[in-house]
Amino acid sequence: MIKRKIVTLAMCVTLIPAVALSACSGDKGDESSKIVVGIPQDLEDSLDPHEAVAAGTKEILFNVYEGLLKPDETGNLVPAVAKEYSVSDDGLVYSFVLRDGVKFHNGKEVTAEDVKYSIEKSAGMTGAESLIAPFSNIKEVNVISKDQIDIVLEESDIDFPAYIANLNASIIPKSNNKPSTNPIGTGPYMYVSRSPQENIILKKFDSYWGTPANIENVTLKVIPNADSIVMNLNGGAVDMFARLTVTQTKQLAKNFNILEGEMNLVQAVYLNHAVKPFDNVDVCRALSYAVDVDNVLEMTSDGKGFPVGSSMFPAFKKYYVDLSDSYPTDMEKAKELLAEAGYPDGFKFSITVPSNYQPHIEAAQVISQQLKQIGVTADIKLVEWNTWLSDVYAGRNYEATLIGVDAASLTATAMLDRFVSDAPNNFTNYNNSEYDELYKKVYTAKTDDERIEIYKELQKNLADNAANIYIQDMAEFVALSDKYDGYVFYPMYIQDLAKIRLKDQ
Amino acid sequence: MMRAFVFRFKKNPELYIGILITVFVIVLILAGILFSPYDPDEMDAGAKFAGVSSSHIMGCDNFGRDLFTRLTSGAATTLLVALGTIAIGVGVGTVIGAFTGYYGGAVDEVLMRFNDAVLAFPSILLALVFISIFGSGTWKVIISLGIVFVPSFARIVRSEFMRCKNLDYVRSARLMGAKDLRIMFVHILPNTLTVLMPSTVIGFNNAVLAEASMSFLGIGVQPPQSSLGRMLSDAQAFLFMSPAYAVCTGCTIALIVLGFSLLGDGLKKNA
Repeated sequence: MIKRKIVTLAMCVTLIPAVALSACSGDKGDESSKIVVGIPQDLEDSLDPHEAVAAGTKEILFNVYEGLLKPDETGNLVPAVAKEYSVSDDGLVYSFVLRDGVKFHNGKEVTAEDVKYSIEKSAGMTGAESLIAPFSNIKEVNVISKDQIDIVLEESDIDFPAYIANLNASIIPKSNNKPSTNPIGTGPYMYVSRSPQENIILKKFDSYWGTPANIENVTLKVIPNADSIVMNLNGGAVDMFARLTVTQTKQLAKNFNILEGEMNLVQAVYLNHAVKPFDNVDVCRALSYAVDVDNVLEMTSDGKGFPVGSSMFPAFKKYYVDLSDSYPTDMEKAKELLAEAGYPDGFKFSITVPSNYQPHIEAAQVISQQLKQIGVTADIKLVEWNTWLSDVYAGRNYEATLIGVDAASLTATAMLDRFVSDAPNNFTNYNNSEYDELYKKVYTAKTDDERIEIYKELQKNLADNAANIYIQDMAEFVALSDKYDGYVFYPMYIQDLAKIRLKDQ
Repeated sequence: MMRAFVFRFKKNPELYIGILITVFVIVLILAGILFSPYDPDEMDAGAKFAGVSSSHIMGCDNFGRDLFTRLTSGAATTLLVALGTIAIGVGVGTVIGAFTGYYGGAVDEVLMRFNDAVLAFPSILLALVFISIFGSGTWKVIISLGIVFVPSFARIVRSEFMRCKNLDYVRSARLMGAKDLRIMFVHILPNTLTVLMPSTVIGFNNAVLAEASMSFLGIGVQPPQSSLGRMLSDAQAFLFMSPAYAVCTGCTIALIVLGFSLLGDGLKKNA
């Protein structure tokens, strides 16, 4: 009896602050709409846009910061802090005209000085090294008038606007001396607070220059353990979570809408062309004939996903050519090609897979099973992510690896430059003189159409030579509570929270 | 006859229950390996997450692989790893223990301090270090775990040798002119078995758990090969959809460990 009283008392004590708190937020009436978004990792690297490296950090900071330009959901660049821009005839000077009345979250207006400071800081001209490698091409940043700024380049670069739209080139106030812990930007949401390993709280920015956000308060809840995501969603602790697997979506309660998009990457078994037998085109082609992509999709994601045949994903509509039918599954042909290449009894190799990416591990198992049919033994080697980065990506010490490669910026070159034989990021050691010749023409092409044609030729070259065993652009699933809608997919790693709204709003 | 057995059972029930469980598990594994119509790695898109039926007595996993077949081949892998680990641990441990215990002196001092250093690390952590040196894979797991298991056996054997080396039968052997090696491995070693046997069985148990934990963490046996830890780690993702997957795997581990620990206790009691 006494025990029960104590329990009741304890409950009262804990409930009082809860009631008091809800009363507080109730004061604002209908305006205090909120959403809790689950994220897989804390924003640990830095809240300074010029220092943020993790894709998971950048996709959230997209809501807080803006550059002169920014990407929209169709993959085009739209003006943000700048109203418009023009390029000089020689392609060396980019003039940006600032938009009137753009305010920082601290209430101050954006000035040309802030822009100059931001671009110079982002380009590594004032200290820390730049995260955007092509920014080393910037010669100087000149303030022309109070609303115009010129960026002068050493050499012309057609992709320059895409780099300007990168989150790492966001505009921040010059007066803020602690951008890494006190983020101030111009985006639709402003930063309120962060509890490490727990949550990040954002609030709608009322003086935003563009279409304002719909939801007043956003809480980003850190859920590092993949196994508890489903429980958090079903239990109502989280309203939204992006990048779920098919299995996770199947276990969700009925009050969630499952939205399907694309991850915007190319999942493939990347082959190291510097090791035998992958220096032989016939072997690569044989493997591509032996792998049944539809079956991989069927096994790993219930058939969801978009088969691709080269290093470009469908969301880059401008550049994409559908080459997914280049190697229809044909075991006989695969065996013939292997025999011609001198491996009539098959061979043995290992596929290195980072152990923290379950979908890649699953795909590797299916492919290993399929290759057995042509006598090829593919062992799977799981390695830690850091080991993968150092041994496979940087060290190029591997035979084959199953991974998804995405684009660092909104340009076709971000997907294709890594296959030029002397490119520093050519981790597959792809060495094809035709490809190198073609790639050079990108820089001499005069019109956009001409350039797009070359990009398409480059993709065909990769497909013809079966540079890698191309699989798919993986399907991405977002779970959103049925109280909300308005989620949009971007062709990049971005979560646009400003467009999400309550259904009755 | 019956009464005699009941009497012996009552005196040491652990031993007999342990034997019963272990034999049951081994028979099940053999049945799965010898008589199952499926290949443990064969995938079947049509049988994804198939439920319990007469053709799949435990159902299927996310690739449509027969769970019973995979479980038995997985248990066989786990037992093989445990067996290899113990073989290395007991083999090398006995040799080190015998020499250090019998001779003492500087060799003892150096080897035992080295032993203490290895013992000071948590075993899984140490195995992780070895895995990162050797690389992963079934045989490398066996070697890594084997090295980790050496020190504890070395200590047990050493203390037994120290106890026995001045006993009368050893002295007599020495007087008869027996060489040191003969005294160590023909005369003393058989007398350490009463202590060594139960600790071997318990060590076997630890090896099963160590393999399961390492594979669960993804650094042990590599897919698609099955092992109990590997399967448990796969099953985790489908806990709500296909609970049988995790439950069957977990129960198998529990059963193996229970059987061997009862066996170990029984042997100790018998000794």
